[in-house]
Amino acid sequence: MKKAIKDSILTGLVAFLVFGPISGLVLSGYSIEVHAERPLIMAVVVALGRFVFALLADSSHGLKLSAAIFGRRDGGVTVASGEPTLSPLLYLAVFAAFFLPFLLSKYWLGVAILALIYVLLALGLNIVVGLAGLLDLGFVAFYAVGAYGYALGSQYFDLGFWSAIPFGAFLAACFGMVLGFPVLRMHGDYLAIVTLGFGEIIRLVLNNWVSFTGGPSGVFVQAPTLFGLEFSRRAKFGGEPFHKFFDIAYSSSYKTMFLYFVLLLLVVAITFFVVRLRSMPLGRAWEALREDEVACRSLGINHVTTKLSAFAMGAMVGGLGGVFFAASQGFVNPASFTFFESALILAIVVLGGLGSTVGVIVAAIILTVFPELLREWSQYRILLFGVAMVLMMVWRPRGLVRPKRPFFAIRGQK
Amino acid sequence: MDLIIVGQQLVNGLVLGSIYGLIAVGYTMVYGIIGMINFAHGEVYMISAYLSAIFLAIITSMGVVSVPFALLLVLVVTIFVTAIYGWSIERVAYRPLRGSTRLAPLISAIGISLVLQNYVRIGQGAKSQGVPPLIDGSFRFHLGSPDSFIQITMIQCLIIVASLIGMGALHYLMQKTALGRACRATQQDRTMARLLGVDTDKVISIVFVLGSAMAAIAGVLVTLNYGSFDFHIGFVTGIKAFTAAVLGGIGSLPGAMLGGLVLGLSESFFSGFINTDYKDVFAFSILVLVLIFKPSGLLGVAEVEKV
Repeated sequence: MKKAIKDSILTGLVAFLVFGPISGLVLSGYSIEVHAERPLIMAVVVALGRFVFALLADSSHGLKLSAAIFGRRDGGVTVASGEPTLSPLLYLAVFAAFFLPFLLSKYWLGVAILALIYVLLALGLNIVVGLAGLLDLGFVAFYAVGAYGYALGSQYFDLGFWSAIPFGAFLAACFGMVLGFPVLRMHGDYLAIVTLGFGEIIRLVLNNWVSFTGGPSGVFVQAPTLFGLEFSRRAKFGGEPFHKFFDIAYSSSYKTMFLYFVLLLLVVAITFFVVRLRSMPLGRAWEALREDEVACRSLGINHVTTKLSAFAMGAMVGGLGGVFFAASQGFVNPASFTFFESALILAIVVLGGLGSTVGVIVAAIILTVFPELLREWSQYRILLFGVAMVLMMVWRPRGLVRPKRPFFAIRGQK
Repeated sequence: MDLIIVGQQLVNGLVLGSIYGLIAVGYTMVYGIIGMINFAHGEVYMISAYLSAIFLAIITSMGVVSVPFALLLVLVVTIFVTAIYGWSIERVAYRPLRGSTRLAPLISAIGISLVLQNYVRIGQGAKSQGVPPLIDGSFRFHLGSPDSFIQITMIQCLIIVASLIGMGALHYLMQKTALGRACRATQQDRTMARLLGVDTDKVISIVFVLGSAMAAIAGVLVTLNYGSFDFHIGFVTGIKAFTAAVLGGIGSLPGAMLGGLVLGLSESFFSGFINTDYKDVFAFSILVLVLIFKPSGLLGVAEVEKV
C-alpha cells in the first residue's frame, strides 16, 4: 500500500514534467500562455491510474483479476477444429449491406464507400503483414499506384473505369513484385524501413514530376460508366446519361450508389478469395514462413516465390482500393498518400488482429465510420489511434480476435 | 564547378550532417542494445525543438539578458525534459513488450510517434512556431574578389562545435566509465551481462535517456539555426537520421556520426548541383540502397544470422 502510494506519486510527478511544457505552456508568437490546469489534470489521472494498477498487483484478488484480463498474451495460433464454417451472421451482414444505399443519405453512402475502400486496403495489407509476416510500412505506395494508374491512364490513354480495375490491380501487383524483390533477404525492422522508404519515394516523385503527374495540384479522373451509360446530367463522352436510358429522374447519388455496389461485390469476392487462400498451400506457406523462415526453407518451401506472391497479392488488393478511391473522389493528388495513410491501414490491421480476416474487416469499418460519428472529437482521432496501437501491442499483440488456423480432419480419423 | 558553391555546400553539408549525426546516435544506440528501431525518436527530436522554444520564452521573460547564459540554461533544461520523455517512452511502450513478437515493438513505436505528433499538434496548435534570432554575425572567407565569399554563420559554428562536444562526451562516457562498460556489455550479450550482475533494464533506460539527450541538443541547435519549426519536422528528419545510422553501420557510435556527415554532405551537394526538389528522394534512395546492398554500413559489423 505504502509502495503503491509512493509509486503513484512518482509517476504523477514524471507525468507532470512530461505533460507540463507542451500542454501547459503554449507558445504564442515569442511569448507563452500558461494553462497550468491541463498538465495537472493529466498528471493526476496518470497517478490515479498507476495507483489502481499498483493496488491490483498488491492483492491476490487484484492479481487474479488482472490475470483474467491481461493473462492470455501468449503467441501461437489456435487450431480451429472441424470444417471451416462461416457464421450465418456474416451472410446476414453482407445481405444487409446490399440494401444500405436505399437507406443512407448521399453523404453517409460516401462514408460507406470510404469504409469499403479501407476494408480493401486492410485486406491487402493483412496478406502481407498478417499472413506473411512482412511488415510493410509503405503500403500506401500501392494504393497510390492504383489511383494514379486510373487517373493518368484516363488522362493519357483514355482508360475507362472498367478497364482501370484490372489495369490498376495489375500495375500495383507489378510494383509489388518489383519492390518486393530487393527486400527478400531482409526481415523485420529493416524490411519495414525499406518499404517505408519506397512509399515515400513514390509519393515524392508523384509530387515533384509535375509535367507527368500534375504535381501537388493532382489529376482529374474520368467518371465511371456502366455499359457506356454515364452518371452525369448530360453525356460528356458521347454516351447516354443513365437516368435518360432508364427514364427516371436525375439524381447525383446514382454514381455513388453504382460505385458502392461494384465495390461491395468486389470486397465480398476478395474476402472470399482471401479466406479460401488461407487454407490453400500458398496461404499455409505464408503463415509457416511467418512463424519460422529457416525451418520453412529447409523443408523445401521456395521463400522467394512465396514472399513475392504475398507482396504481389497484397499490392494488387491495395491497387484496387486505389482505383476505387480515384473513382469516388474524381480527383487524386499526392497529399492523399502520405505515410499517415500507411500507419492508419497498419493500425486497422493491428487492431483487427494480425491475420484475422473478419477482425480486419470489422476494424476497418469501425475506424472509418466512428470518426464520422464523433466529429467534434476529430482532432483526437489520430492520437487515439496511436494510443490504441500501443495498448494493443502491450495487451494483445495478436489482435482482439484470436486467429484460427484452418484445420482439416481426415475422414474417419480425428 | 564553382569553388565558392562547393565551399558553401561543404559548410552547409557539415552543419546538416552534424545534426543528423546527433539524432542518429539515438537510433544506433537503441538498435545496438535491444535490436529495435525506435520509430518515435524523430518525434522526440521534434518535441525537443518545441521545448527549447518554450524554455527560451520563459527564460527571456524572466529577465535573463546574457545570451550565452540563457542558451546554456535552455540547453540544460531541454536536455533534462527530453531525456524524461525518452525514459517514459521506453517505460510505457517498449518495456512491457520485451519478449513479445518481433513486430510488436515497432508497431508500438509507430503508435507512440502518432501520439507524440498529435499531442503536440493539439497542445501547441498546428501552425508553425518560432524563436527570435538570438545569435547573429558570421565569418566570411573571401576568395579573390570581395563579392565572392564562403559564409559561415556563428550559429553554424556553434552547431559544429556543440555536436563535436556532445559526441566527444558520449564517446568518453561509453568507453571510459563503468556505465559505458555496462552498456557495451549489454549490447554484446544481454543475458550474459545480466548474469554478471548488470542491471540490464536500467542500462536500456539509460540508453534511451542518452539518445534523447543527444536529440535534444540537435533540437535546440536546429531551432536556433532555422528559427521556425512545426509538429511535422520529426518524421522526415527522423528517417534521414536513421539513414545516417544505417549508413554508418547501425550499432556503432562513430559510425552514426560518420554516416550523418556523409549523408549531410551528399544531400547538400545533391541539392546544390543537381536538384533541390528531389533531395528527399535522394536521401531515401540512399537508405534503400544501403539496406539492400550493404546492411552492415560503413563501420558496422555484419550480422550473422543465428539458427
